[in-house]
This record gives sequence, C-alpha cells and structure tokens, in this order.
Amino acid sequence: MELHELSIFLALHYLRRRELSSVELTRAILKRIKRLDPLIHAYLRVTPELALKAAAEADRRRAQGEDLPLLGIPLAIKDVLCTKGIETTCGSRILQGFVPPYDATVVAKLRAAGAVILGKTNTDEFAMGSSTENSAYFPTRNPWALDRVPGGSSGGSAAAVVADLCLGAIGTDTGGSIRQPAAFCGVVGLKPTYGRVSRYGLVAFASSLDQAGPLAKNVTDCAILLEAIAGYDPKDSTSANLPVPSYTEALTGDIKGMRLGVPKEYFGQGLQPEVERAILEALRIWKLLGAEIIEVSMPHTEYALPTYYLLAPAEASANLARYDGVRYGYLYPEAQDIWDAYRKTRQFGFGAEVKRRIMLGTYALSAGYYDAYYLKAQKVRTLIKQDFDRALEVCDALIAPTTPTVAFHLGEKVEDPLQMYLQDVFTLSLNLAGLCGISIPCGFADGLPIGVQILGGAYQEETILRVAYAYEMATDWQFYNPEL
Amino acid sequence: MPLSREQVLHIAELAKLGLSEEEVTRFTEQLSEILAYAERLNALDTEAISPMAQAIIQRNVTREDVVQPSLPVEEVLANAPQRHENFFRVKPILEE
Repeated sequence: MELHELSIFLALHYLRRRELSSVELTRAILKRIKRLDPLIHAYLRVTPELALKAAAEADRRRAQGEDLPLLGIPLAIKDVLCTKGIETTCGSRILQGFVPPYDATVVAKLRAAGAVILGKTNTDEFAMGSSTENSAYFPTRNPWALDRVPGGSSGGSAAAVVADLCLGAIGTDTGGSIRQPAAFCGVVGLKPTYGRVSRYGLVAFASSLDQAGPLAKNVTDCAILLEAIAGYDPKDSTSANLPVPSYTEALTGDIKGMRLGVPKEYFGQGLQPEVERAILEALRIWKLLGAEIIEVSMPHTEYALPTYYLLAPAEASANLARYDGVRYGYLYPEAQDIWDAYRKTRQFGFGAEVKRRIMLGTYALSAGYYDAYYLKAQKVRTLIKQDFDRALEVCDALIAPTTPTVAFHLGEKVEDPLQMYLQDVFTLSLNLAGLCGISIPCGFADGLPIGVQILGGAYQEETILRVAYAYEMATDWQFYNPEL
Repeated sequence: MPLSREQVLHIAELAKLGLSEEEVTRFTEQLSEILAYAERLNALDTEAISPMAQAIIQRNVTREDVVQPSLPVEEVLANAPQRHENFFRVKPILEE
C-alpha cells in the first residue's frame, strides 16, 4: 500500500508503532498534490512549509510519548473556514488576500488534536452552489472523470479525499454541500446535527442551516474526525451544550432489529434508474444484516426546495452585507462616494450566483413581501421538521438517495440556476430540519459513484454511523479509487 | 408574478449591489423564474403553523458582562483596504 492510500485509522496505527513518520506521510501527500492537483484543482492553496513544520512537530511530540486523536494526520480544510495566517477566500474575489487573524474553532480543535493542515480546498463562492463551478478561481474536476463536476459546494474537499490528496477533509453543509459532493466523488460525508459542531470562524452563509463536517475515505475515519471537531463552544451561541460521545465506539457492526424508514416521496420522477437500483440494493443488504425496512411518508418533501431557496438566500443577504470594502477584502478603487464604493465593490467582488441569492433574499425580506415569502417559508420549514419527527417515531433512521443522478458534466447546468438547485432535492430537507445525515458510497453507474444517505434524529450521529458502518463492512466500495 | 425591471433595480439598491445592464436583464428573468417556483408554497395551508427560525432549543444565550481579551488593533486593521492611524478609512458619509 502506498502512503497516500492510507486511511486515517491505518495511518494512526503505523504512526503509533513508529513504522511511519508524519513527515514521511505528509511529504508523500504533498508530492502527490504537486503531481495531480494541476489536473483536479481540488486546492485553492497548499501550504507545504507550514504542513511539514506541523508534521515535524507531531513526530517530535510522538517521540516524547504523546498521543492525540489526529497526531500527524494530514488534512485539507474547505476555504470557508478561517485559518489563522493562511489566506481564506471562500472561493470569492471579494475576500482575495484576506488573512484571518484567528482560527475557526473547528480548525483550532483539529490542531489541538495534532492534525497537519495541508491547505485550503476549493468551494463554490461563499458555499453557494452544487458543483464548485461557482468558485471565482476555477472549477474543481471529479477525479473519476475530469470532464465532470465533483459536486459542491465542498467539491474541493471531496475530490481531495477520493484522489488521496489528503487523508481526510473538512467541508460545510448548508443544503447538502458535504453529502452531495461525497456522493459524486464516492467518499463518506457527514452533516452533523445543527449545533453539534461550532460555527465560530465558519464564514456565514445561512446561519440557521450551516454546519461544518467531515469528508473521509471510510466511516471509521469519518467518526474519528467528527469526534475531534464536535463539541460545545461558548463562542458560538448556537452550539449545543452536550457531551461528545465516542463516535468510534458506535461502530459495532450490529444493526439487528434496527428500523430503517424509506420515504416514498424520495423515489420517483427525476431519480436516475441506476441510482434507484443501487439504493434498493443497499436496502436489501441492510435487510440481510437484520434491519427492518419500513415505508414512511414525508408529505412535504416537494416543498423543501422552494422553502430552502427563500430562507437560505434571505439569511445570506444579511450575512453578506458585511462585504463592503471597509474592514477586509476587495475595495473598488475608483468610487465616487461611499454608496458608489459599496455598490461597485459588491458588483465586481461577487460572482453571479452570489448576487442572484442576495437579490432573492433581499426581495423575500423586503417590506410588503416578508409575510408572503420569508414568513411563509419559515412556516413550511416547521411542517418539514414535523415530517422528520413523525417518521423518526417509527424508525431509527431514514434511508434515501443522496442525489438524483451521478455527477454531471462541467458547464452542463451552470447557465440554468433552477436546474442546478434541483440537484439538492434529497439533501435540503435535512438542513431545514436541523438533523444529521451521512452519505456513503453504494455503487457506480457509467463509472461514476452513487451515494446513499442515512438520516437521523437530533444528535443521533452514533445511530447513522452504526448503520453506515454495517453496510460498509458488508461491501467493498471503500476500496475503489479513480485511476490517476 | 414576474418581477419588473423597476423591482429588480429597487432590490439591487436595497442590497447596495451594482448591476450591469446585462445583469439586470438576466436577473429579472432568472429571479422571476425562481420566485414562480417558490410560489408553490401557497398550496399549503399554514394558518395555524408557527414559523421555525432556528433548529435549536436554546433561547437567549447570555454571559456575564465581563471584559474578555479581544484582538489587538494591528491585527484588526491588518486586512483593511484603507486605513488611517487606528481607523478604517472610508469615503465621506456626511456631505459638507
């Protein structure tokens, strides 16, 4: 096995036995990034000197008998999370050159766990998109087929994981942005329950929907990463003051008697036949492993998309008001007056999708339209949450496709916003409900990965990890890698 | 209800977002399409439903009003596009 092929779990094993050093491992990954990232463009910036310095420090600490959950493990961080001293752009020109004076809590926790940060991965601008084509810098390519998208907005992180350009990565999920790219790239991606992971230092897109979470090569690695980043943070008043369980201990492999609900509204029009077949096959395997499969109904599923595309842009319009060329980022150089400065800075600093969403959100919140759009959407959000609560009364977790199709071609949907939005039909509801979900690989169609989602109740990450792990152990999808 | 050009210009002004002519035309069309889709929500009776603004149970999270260490001024101003001494510098806000 080549060093870059190691999982976090295996790397820790060899590091602990002193059969491998973090410097060797980090060097191998950096070498691979240098060779392959010019084809994939997963990274916006790689920080080799800082990474090797951290790796050497990890080796030194280990030599002195220290051990930490991620000591010496090289990871990639989506560029919407602040990293102290390392440029953070959110995939936008308006933050080009922005160097945060602090680490996001997620980043600080990873560092405290001994992790080595390799660099920042590409993202749709301000995490708005489903293909990473909205990055102001360049699109990332799907390592399985370089003319296809890796998904978005955490496309850089997902591509980096499957191409072995890191051992694991952190992404963010507001409407599916961890799970959808995880499915398109054939990796594991988990969106924690809202409040499970601190949002301090995560550049805000939609404050009631955003969550940072892990992307990994397998479920065990995902559990290890989640354990490292989860937890109460006094600096994020929406973070949950709940203890973090040992997620790896949930991976027992035993799901006998567990009830898995299948929402009937997720199957039907628009679902690619091969994707549907793969999901049904996964259900068959869960049944063989001893789970009970129950059909459930979530009647408000079709309303998730319009609800999300009113609420998320509304919150984004407020969160992106701060980009005005005053405290950081791009400032239009030839403004006539203060208002001209604001208008032109934002006109030239933001990309089309971001502007579109700011406009949508501003409209939905404006006088005369607030009740009809924003307030209405908030009420439908309650109905969607109730659908989940009701379904989870009769089952332990829900099973659903992650995406309606496999990865589409670059350029295919960029001109049609609504077509792009339809990519997220199976992932949006979960963010609206604030619950947890994981996407794991479950097959291929035309050589492109298919993902299946396991959705769970509030703070039920152990449950969904257990269900995911059982399936993973009964199959071999985690060992498939693109030829690069 | 499709958006008019005037509405689009009004929204852009509320958001202090400059738009090119081409963008005004394109956005008028695209936003109208998205909003038409959003009007599907009107099929639901939400008279008796409370709005859900947050996915958490916490209410007002407070702390003691005690001064905590904050960022040094130099770090705060380090990313400023324009600065003057210990200030962020902007164009005049009030006319003479």
